[in-house]
Amino acid sequence: MEGEGERERKRGGRVCCVCNEARASVKRPKTLQHMCRECFFHAFESEIHHLILNNSLFSPGERVAIGASGGKDSTVLAYVLSKLNRLHNYGLHLFLLSVDEGITGYRDDSLQTVHRNHLQYQLPLQVVSYKDLYGWTMDQIVDVIGFKNNCTFCGVFRRQALDRGAALLKVDKLVTGHNADDIAETVLLNLLRGDVARLSRCTSITTGEDGIYSPNAYRGFAREFIKDLERIRPRAILDIIKSGENFRISTTTKMPEQGTCQRCGYISSQKWCKACVLLDGLNRGLPKLGIGRSRGSVGSENGNGSKVEKSIQGKQCGTLDF
Amino acid sequence: MACNGSGCQSGSCYKDEDATCNQPIKSEETDSTNPTNVCIKCKLNDAVSGYGGIDDGRFCADCFKTNLFGKFRFAVTSNAMITPTDKVLVAFSGGPSSRVALQFVHDMQERAQRNFDASRDRSLPVFGVGVVFIDEGAVLSIPSSEMEEAVEVVREVVSSLVPPRKELHVVPIETVYPSDSGDGKERLIKVMNTVSDPTGREDMLICLRMLALQKVASECGYNRIVLGSCISRIACHVISATVKGQGYSLPADIQYVDARWEVPVVLPLRDCFAQEINMLCHLDGLKTVKLSTGPCSSINGLVSSFVSLLQEENPSRESTIVRTAGKLTPFQFNRIPEIIDGNVPLATRRRQKRYNLKSNESVSSESFCPLCNSPLNKSEIVDWSNMDSHQNSDNFYNTCCSSCQFQILPSDSTSMEQFYMDLPQSMVGRAKQASNGDLSLLREQIQDFLLSDGEDEK
Repeated sequence: MEGEGERERKRGGRVCCVCNEARASVKRPKTLQHMCRECFFHAFESEIHHLILNNSLFSPGERVAIGASGGKDSTVLAYVLSKLNRLHNYGLHLFLLSVDEGITGYRDDSLQTVHRNHLQYQLPLQVVSYKDLYGWTMDQIVDVIGFKNNCTFCGVFRRQALDRGAALLKVDKLVTGHNADDIAETVLLNLLRGDVARLSRCTSITTGEDGIYSPNAYRGFAREFIKDLERIRPRAILDIIKSGENFRISTTTKMPEQGTCQRCGYISSQKWCKACVLLDGLNRGLPKLGIGRSRGSVGSENGNGSKVEKSIQGKQCGTLDF
Repeated sequence: MACNGSGCQSGSCYKDEDATCNQPIKSEETDSTNPTNVCIKCKLNDAVSGYGGIDDGRFCADCFKTNLFGKFRFAVTSNAMITPTDKVLVAFSGGPSSRVALQFVHDMQERAQRNFDASRDRSLPVFGVGVVFIDEGAVLSIPSSEMEEAVEVVREVVSSLVPPRKELHVVPIETVYPSDSGDGKERLIKVMNTVSDPTGREDMLICLRMLALQKVASECGYNRIVLGSCISRIACHVISATVKGQGYSLPADIQYVDARWEVPVVLPLRDCFAQEINMLCHLDGLKTVKLSTGPCSSINGLVSSFVSLLQEENPSRESTIVRTAGKLTPFQFNRIPEIIDGNVPLATRRRQKRYNLKSNESVSSESFCPLCNSPLNKSEIVDWSNMDSHQNSDNFYNTCCSSCQFQILPSDSTSMEQFYMDLPQSMVGRAKQASNGDLSLLREQIQDFLLSDGEDEK
């Protein structure tokens, strides 16, 4: 749960302020301390260890999937978790879980990285593809829907893909490499768009859901704003999370009810979750269904859709037990 | 969480299209609802535009003014901000927001005067109004000639707002030190120079300003302070407080009423946008002054440019931010205390009671940061039984909120000691009160009879 912006500054003469021996190679944004490599690694890992213990995130014997994208966050997570698991005898069965959207050429590089992690840290690797989860690859979806609007599918499907993949592999817990910057950004975005319900739970360390797909311009602004903030005051990112943790939402506030999708059991505020609506449309040859502002169309289409439903039931959502 | 979009490689995806198409569609919509550009309210005069918000371009000048005054009056009456027996002090900086606040308070007072003159029994007296201008020349790098000009404009404005006559207090910021000591200004400058963080300096000045306002109000017998904080300003505060890690105390600052001070502070322009306020100043030719300030590299400056960028993208963004933050539980002191003084006429008391709506829930807080007076979270409250330091400055450091500790207080103990010596007495006093341990001892003694927080909030 660290800012990843550790920039190595090669200034001669600085000595690590922890061990007072080795030459410092990092100015840690969280504390502004100059640290050497070894001390930084040690501090970083032990903080994660304490965080895991204090929040009792795991219990022995659990099957834990590490969401692995091949990026730096998830790579660090895989490394630290496998090391801590060995070092402190958590007794966890760890493995890497990757999602392949099925876009030709897109995941090749990152999947290779994940594959390297798999060999390096000796963690079993499971790749689940959109084809496995939904019966469609992104390429196939693009063939049907064209280049417009395909982001909606990719975004909605990806949000659930890790969860569905985890369920497919009978996993007890799923860990993701969201870092402090991501969470700070989420706190800000929820403030900006007025999402009180998410504001109250977005900083909690365990969650039942993934983030929300947000195509608005302000996400870009928020990212840039956080980068600017970090330049002025590195601590600001952790302060935002602290603020988020200390928000007490008034109990009289109306919260949207969080239900479950009637088809696949995934968390949904509507009758069907977005992925099921989109899938239904795809499978019925009406791929535009669920895109745009046609709210409430799900319920009304339910009746005449039941015939088609049967044929697809056995394939995607129906087989997943949540 | 931050997973959107990266899977899309095609340039013509939904996201881009949406952003580019938004603008023309919106203007078409306004055109179709209002083809001839006539005010949608009175349907007589031409609408004016340029005041931002969702209503931009819908009202004529007169309806716009009535609407804006309506927001002010609704805020005042529905929170019992001003009752007939009150004596109200308007903090006037010369800027547009406080200028409009002053104007509206004056309009309201004028009406009350007319009603009073016309009524037979004269049971509801007219509230009194005073104006205060804080001269911050000691800490801002502003040429003294500019400050003199500003004061001149302020005098002119206040003297034009008659009848009823309003008293003007022009006070230097160093008034927070006792006037008989004579070294107030030097001590103030020393304190301010100790603060190295640019954001910390700005926030320290805000604390001192409030201290000065409180002092003027209590010495001259005012029982309300009116600030001109508008929704844009409050939205900025929401974001910057979040960024500074003040999520716990944030709700205290953004309500209509803030009665944690000796003299309660009210924000009647909490629902008005800065653009609307500027428009009103423009339409009515209200005179304002803007003091030249240097380039701003603080977090507050960064936040306000971020918020105005968002506001450009969506004209109701500021109000969304404030409404979202409004869902946070306020504190017990975020309402006007009820009048229990039997000498106050019954009619006044009845009127106050009618409008002073009880909020459904609130958080009680008994510890405050001695520097910024923000309520402290349980984790920030120091357990005095474990303290072994006998140094006053150390104790002071420990009673402050973590945000002040980081951005205002010096980190090494020698400069901390000096800083502590130069602080105004009232801040030092607040810390002493907390560290006496009376409260915690008292609390311990009556522990069995206190309701737990959970029960309290129900």
